[in-house]
Amino acid sequence: MATHHSRSAARLMMTPAVVLLLGWMLVPLTMTLYFSFKRYLPLRGGDLGWVGFENYTRFLTSSAFWPSVQSTLIIVGGVLIITVVLGVLLALLLDQPMWGQGIVRILVIAPFFIMPTVSALVWKNMFMDPVNGLFAHLWKAFGAEPVVWLSEASMPSIILIVSWQWLPFATLILLTAIQSLDSEQLEAAEMDGAPALKRFWFIILPHLSRAITVVILIQTIFLLSIFAEIFVTTGGAFGTRTLSYLIFQRVLESQNVGLGSAGGVYAIILANIVALFLMRIVGKNLDA
Amino acid sequence: MYLRHALCASAALSLIAVGSAQADTITIATVNNGDMIRMQGLTEDFTEKTGHTVEWVTLEENVLRQRVTTDITTKGGQFDIMTIGMYETPIWGQNGWLIPLNDMPAEYDVEDILPAMRGGLSYDGTLYAAPFYGESSMIMYRTDLMEAAGLEMPDAPAWDFVADAARKMTDKDNEIYGICLRGKAGWGENMAFLTATSNAFGARWFDENWTPQFDSDAWKETLTFYLDLMADAGPPGASNNGFNENLSLFQQGKCGMWIDATVAASFVTSPDDSTVADKVGFALAPDTGKGKRGNWLWAWALAIPAGTDNEAAAKEFINWATSKEYIELVASNEGWANVPPGARTSLYENPNYAEVPFAKMTLESILSADPLNPTVDPVPYVGVQFVAIPEFAGIATEVGQEFSAALAGQQTAEEALAKAQALTADAMEAAGY
Amino acid sequence: MARSITPRRKTLNTSLAWAVGLLIFFPILWTVLTSFKTEAQAIASPPIFLNFDWTLENYAIVQERSDYMRFLWNSVIIAGGSTLLGIVIAVPAAWSMAFVPSKRTKDILLWMLSTKMLPAVGVLYPIYLLFIQMGLLDTRIGLTIVLMLINLPIIIWMLYTYFREIPVEILEAARMDGASLREEILFVLTPMAIPGIASTVLLNIILAWNEAFWTLNLTAAKAAPLTAFIASYSSPEGLFYAKLSAASTMAIAPILILGWFSQKQLVRGLTFGAVK
Repeated sequence: MATHHSRSAARLMMTPAVVLLLGWMLVPLTMTLYFSFKRYLPLRGGDLGWVGFENYTRFLTSSAFWPSVQSTLIIVGGVLIITVVLGVLLALLLDQPMWGQGIVRILVIAPFFIMPTVSALVWKNMFMDPVNGLFAHLWKAFGAEPVVWLSEASMPSIILIVSWQWLPFATLILLTAIQSLDSEQLEAAEMDGAPALKRFWFIILPHLSRAITVVILIQTIFLLSIFAEIFVTTGGAFGTRTLSYLIFQRVLESQNVGLGSAGGVYAIILANIVALFLMRIVGKNLDA
Repeated sequence: MYLRHALCASAALSLIAVGSAQADTITIATVNNGDMIRMQGLTEDFTEKTGHTVEWVTLEENVLRQRVTTDITTKGGQFDIMTIGMYETPIWGQNGWLIPLNDMPAEYDVEDILPAMRGGLSYDGTLYAAPFYGESSMIMYRTDLMEAAGLEMPDAPAWDFVADAARKMTDKDNEIYGICLRGKAGWGENMAFLTATSNAFGARWFDENWTPQFDSDAWKETLTFYLDLMADAGPPGASNNGFNENLSLFQQGKCGMWIDATVAASFVTSPDDSTVADKVGFALAPDTGKGKRGNWLWAWALAIPAGTDNEAAAKEFINWATSKEYIELVASNEGWANVPPGARTSLYENPNYAEVPFAKMTLESILSADPLNPTVDPVPYVGVQFVAIPEFAGIATEVGQEFSAALAGQQTAEEALAKAQALTADAMEAAGY
Repeated sequence: MARSITPRRKTLNTSLAWAVGLLIFFPILWTVLTSFKTEAQAIASPPIFLNFDWTLENYAIVQERSDYMRFLWNSVIIAGGSTLLGIVIAVPAAWSMAFVPSKRTKDILLWMLSTKMLPAVGVLYPIYLLFIQMGLLDTRIGLTIVLMLINLPIIIWMLYTYFREIPVEILEAARMDGASLREEILFVLTPMAIPGIASTVLLNIILAWNEAFWTLNLTAAKAAPLTAFIASYSSPEGLFYAKLSAASTMAIAPILILGWFSQKQLVRGLTFGAVK
């Protein structure tokens, strides 16, 4: 149906976005690549010449590298599992008839509007502080020893904070998807005497698969680069150093831009591997 | 009477200044510590006197550091004055990134700045940053708990005594912990304390060939001693406690002793904030008889980045904020206990300030710190609680994370030290040593 | 068609949903409550829930220390500006992808999303140097551009999925009637896409408002938005829970209120094509 005319017009209309994003990708990427082959130490006079692949081998062989990849994947995976599972349950619940549905929905989506820095600060100080935090009071009220969340359970704590922020997003998308489900189909199944679990498994879940794909894809993009939550809470200590935090440490704390840039290239590679992996597994859902 | 004179003088000064100089707007990056917030509140006095206005960028310490470092290394020119410390100043000064402060007016009286502070904020004999306040570290202890334990704190205690006292004061059922020490990872947090303490135990970061020394017996002794003491007499969750957290614990009456920055003295003795204000005693940081005390030396200082368009106005601001008059201004507004300490000799000669309970011990602590000869064995570097090389902040933060994990019980002292040794060696190699 | 349901079941649903909702909302509620306490009450043991002397002193202190309105205004301009700019660029692109798809459309779309995976810290120095060169440091326009670029892939994708749901026949009918391309987009497509555009705008404002890496690192005094405002209240000396809570409440209130008022629009379009 598309005429030649509309085809070239279409190309023209895409141009600004493509050019801008290409620039936004290529300029920093080129500069990152450039720096990654340099010995670049801002505090020692800046550019100290080419070093070939030295930064790459150094970054890869550093004892912090593999643990940081592992932490990244654990955080991303943990948050995805929690938000998707709880998101589905919550969406099912919110889809039920009830009083005050609008208000409940407002309460549930509220965390999505909170700045990551603020939510990390609030959780760290007012909930997880081992002396003055609410959790500590709660534990003491039941006669238990307060948990030092951010060191004894550092990963679960961070996953909890991040999940709290992203659960509303997952819930919203899943809820919209559930609401679009043909209720007659469900009722028919109910008539046939299919138990609730079966209805969920064979009707609702397949219907949600596309929405779940979207949730996973979008969240992965954001979660791979989470930074503020770690910066504010543990500063990368107690095994919570993700790849992007490791790069931050190399670039800003150690002031080794070359090494950090090599890390940046690895991070891009990791992100693309994860993306490819995602596309393989769930990408077919996106074909329309 | 005295105050009125000062006001008249400043009014006269302001007339001259307004008449002669043009009004500029300067941008100042500073840290959100109490003394700086007070300074921010007094900006009007500066504007009145000079006609210049100030834009404040007040940030939390870690964010500030990241922000100003990025700006100075790229010559971004976003700030006319930066608040930096004793660690950054010589490195930046050496790179030519700061404007020398060697032409301050005579009434500013550079000679009055404590020699230790002047030395630490200079490179090659040139002053590059003016100390806003300075600090060392010392013991703050609860006199009532010490008495109850049947002990008496000497002015210059040894670590064995401190450890013994800490264990005796501890009463975990009543949430009284004998000693609160920093455990939160960071080069300016637990590593400031541990590096300074390791000096007293005869340890050092590097030998004269820049070989890391975490595999030495002295470091093992330091770390084991610290971990054992904290396990017996420290508060829960100490691996997340930095200066702030310990301050809050001490103010709530939960610490028997606390070894930390001398500036904390005014917070723990302030009846408004502290529940134990009238029960605090002070002593020098402990030693082990090896000839060095574990007390550090630090200053928060104001520096002007090279390339600023407002050099003259920035100097006027430094002249105002780090002057004797500023100290008097704060004293008249908020009392002598709240003036920025540790920067000027004249403050410690002032009879009004001598009445402040912690004045004497603060000065003694500052005077006994020796950044040029920090350790028992010779070292190639300068600095008590830091090593004045650009790589230190990054390395020490990572080492601090290993030590913090050891304090949290996630690894042993040996494992932490082995990792520290490996990562330091690696980072030093990357830096080209 | 509403499903019939027993009152008992409805009561059960209601109480369960409210319990979960309040649990999720509790951290925010607690922050707001704490902002009205004194510092001593904020750490009282056992914690005080409602029975404290409500005070506004924290808000007064925060306002006195930092000029809230200036930060707020910067946040509004930057979040609003970047969204507007993003929409202007994204609508034509999304239109052409949705209605004149080619073999590579899906690849282009995925490539656009992949630009979001570049770790921000890794490129701080390059971007900072570029900003110095172009004189964009600490300017609202500089931040507006960066935030627009960061969120552009998401905007395009959202609009694309939304446009795809619009039946092509309507556009073709318009074309038959002799509508030009411009008219077709402006008068036929856009009105139909309003819900999608609205929720895209909302989502993007939220993302831009909360972005805390670039907004902190590329600003000083002039263009600093609310994320920088917060950075001056995290972990200062002494007790700070109440002041931090007040500052946090001030920083999140505008976006929270906007979000609440527009949640219907947000929900309607926030499908990313997940609903068929």
